[in-house]
This record gives sequence, structure tokens and C-alpha cells, in this order.
Amino acid sequence: MRADNDLVPTPSQTVGPFFKIELTTDDHCVRCIADPQARGERMWITFRVLDGDGVPLNDAMLEIWQADSNGKYNHPDDPQQKQVDSGWIGFGRLGTGEDGSCVLETIKPGRVPNGTLQAPHLTVAVFARGMLKQLYTRVYFAGDAANDNDPILHLIAPDRRGTLMAQPDRAHPGHWSFDVRLQGDRETVFFDV
Amino acid sequence: MDSVTTRVPVKPYIRLPKGSQPPSLYEPYHTTLKRAPLKPLIVVPHTLSETTGPIFGHEKVGEKDNDLTCQHAGEPIGERIIVSGRVLDSNGRPVPNALIEIWQTNSAGRYKHIGDQHPAPLDPNFSGAGRTITDEQGAYQFITIKPGAYPWFNHYNAWRPAHIHFSIFGTAFISRLVTQMYFPGDPLFEYDPIFQSIPDEKARQRLISKFDLETTRSQWAKGFKFDIVLRGPEAIPFES
Ligand SMILES: [Fe+2]
Repeated sequence: MRADNDLVPTPSQTVGPFFKIELTTDDHCVRCIADPQARGERMWITFRVLDGDGVPLNDAMLEIWQADSNGKYNHPDDPQQKQVDSGWIGFGRLGTGEDGSCVLETIKPGRVPNGTLQAPHLTVAVFARGMLKQLYTRVYFAGDAANDNDPILHLIAPDRRGTLMAQPDRAHPGHWSFDVRLQGDRETVFFDV
Repeated sequence: MDSVTTRVPVKPYIRLPKGSQPPSLYEPYHTTLKRAPLKPLIVVPHTLSETTGPIFGHEKVGEKDNDLTCQHAGEPIGERIIVSGRVLDSNGRPVPNALIEIWQTNSAGRYKHIGDQHPAPLDPNFSGAGRTITDEQGAYQFITIKPGAYPWFNHYNAWRPAHIHFSIFGTAFISRLVTQMYFPGDPLFEYDPIFQSIPDEKARQRLISKFDLETTRSQWAKGFKFDIVLRGPEAIPFES
């Protein structure tokens, strides 16, 4: 017999400052999560991770999980009766550089059902030295009409929803930016999942 | 058609029991002060975005990637050890095909990383990184050398207890776990704010591996057991 306590999930510990020797080597980073043949609107999202003083983190790691352009996840627990795009990977992993930034190449996700359809979004897990456990957030797209009816955005006070909106770079079509602010006035909304 | 209703079955995952996980803000670990959110997290129901996650195939792992002692021409200096265990979900079910990645110092306590410049030697025969995938029973094994303790700058005379960093992908994006495995009887535990950040004493103890005679190989290497539990679905689905 197994004591109940044995099945409590193992505690998290910080990823620390030295994860790069395994997690974000060139071989183990995934900077592009859609093969060239993947259908949909290709985009590049520049992430920045900032601390409570607005100082960029050069030692953070982001992991990204998202659905394909049709709103289908590359996973057997997605019960939707449609095939995942053959060029679709869906999982990304990036380390931030000296300026606290990193760039993800992807396809705009479709709408994932959950009672109602959710607005297009990416799920993001943030790891860093000084973070004892990962934080979860979501990237939505500023100006997308579907945002108005997204069931998750509706759980957030209207004045904080903007922290989850990737902003388009008007000068460079297809390019977007998203700041992860761990703390401060414009602290990003993080989720208790 | 924004009013479209699309019902899909989603199996919610368990919520993490209180005290079993460290808080984001833990003052004795000073770097958390500016890197922890101060506004409340928003509790969200689990959707497909939370209950699905990446799946890795065996092509992601080389045959010898779980043996950190044979990545170079010679053998690394230090105590050879075998670290093994099982990955289970919170229902006690094995998690097969889970990608486990580890990284650690060499036996002198030094990382092969540009950011680690403390005066301990590098070992030309040790890189300190490996990966493997769990088998059908959720079992894994690494062969490595025992890492050393190392100093850091959190407070005066701060030393991290010897540890191996573990990164594990479970069945869902929210069962993702990054943690550290420690060794039994380390005198540095009581001084280490990272270890001490876990409120529940029993939960904390579960990060300490156990010496295991059964997996110890005579004349060759000591065995340590480290089992890992990941968040699983709330209720066990009916099985026919
Ligand atoms: Fe470490």
C-alpha cells in the first residue's frame, strides 16, 4: 500500500541560473513551432521578460504550447474530430538573451472550444532563477474580435486584460511583441491553473 | 458566429495541495523579491489548452544520453552513482514516455557554464547534462557522478546542498515540473532557502533521494532512488 502522501505531486524548485547546459542548448531550443508547410498566418512574436524594476531577465526560459491554425492540439486528449496540421509541432522552448528577449516563429492559432470558442491564444510557462515554480500566462492578439467573448479573458478585470495582448508591429507585418512583466504596475496576469 | 457553442469533454486535473509547493515569493531567497508576482493569480478552469501538452518521441534521446559518465574520451572524476526511479501521476499511474532532462555540477561543485566561475576545477570528462524517456512502467535511470555542493551569493557563506536538476514533461502542459533532487543526510539543508521554501515538511523530504542497495552495483556504483509524482486528471476514468 502506498501512503496518500506519496501521491502528492513532487514540489517544484527553481530552474536556477545554469539550465542552459541542458534545456536551452541549440539542439534543445524550439524557436519555430510550425514547419514550412504548416497552414495559416505565419507570425513572429518577440517576447521580453522583465522583473519588478523593469530590468530584463537574461536568464529566463519560456515554454509555449498552442493549437494549430484550426484550433486543434497535437495531443491525443484533444477529442475534436479533425486532424492536426501535418506541419504542426505546437511546442516551443526559448531562452532569453542579454536584452531579455527571444523570438518565437509560429502560426496564428485557431479557436479552441471550451463550451464557447476561446479566442486565439498561446499558453506560456515562464521559468527563471529566482522563480521557485513556473508561472502560467496566455498570449492573445490585440484587435482580434474574438477577444470580446473569450471565457478566460472574462475572468480578468478589464483594466488588466491588456497585459495579455500581443501588440502588432505596424512597420513589419507578421511581427508581434509581448512583454512578460513579473511584477509592478503593469504586472502580467498570471493564472492559477 | 461568436455565439457558437462547442462542447468538448475536458478532463480537469487535480489542483496542487496547499503547502506542497513553494510560494513564488520567499524572502530568504532574495532573487524572488523582484521576480514574484504581487497581484493575485487568476484561477481558471481547465480547458484543452491546459490539459494537453507536448509529447516527445524516442528520437529526441540518444542511446547513451542517460549515461553522463561516457560522453567524453575519459571517465569523469568522482563517485559514480546510478539514479533511478519512477514517474507516477497523482492517481498512482505510471507516466510512460515522459521526457526527463537533468543537469548538475561535476564532483567538485562546478557547472560547465560560463556563469559559474567559482574556484573549483572543471572536469574535461564531464559535461553534466543528460536526458531520457520513461518506459512503459514510468521507470527511468541515469548513470552519473555525485555532484558537489557549491557557493552562491544569496547571503554570506551560502552553499547549495549537492543536487541534480530535473525537468519532466507529464501528460499535460500543467503537469510540467522542474525540480531538484537532493542526497540523504546533507548538512546544508537547514541553511538552504531554496530547499526550505517548501512549506510542508513531508513534501520537502520527498526531494531527498534514498540510498538503495538493490540498484547499487557491486564494485562499481552506488544506487539512489528518486520517484517523481506529477499532477494527473481529477478522477480515474472508467476502464473496461
Ligand atoms: Fe544548481
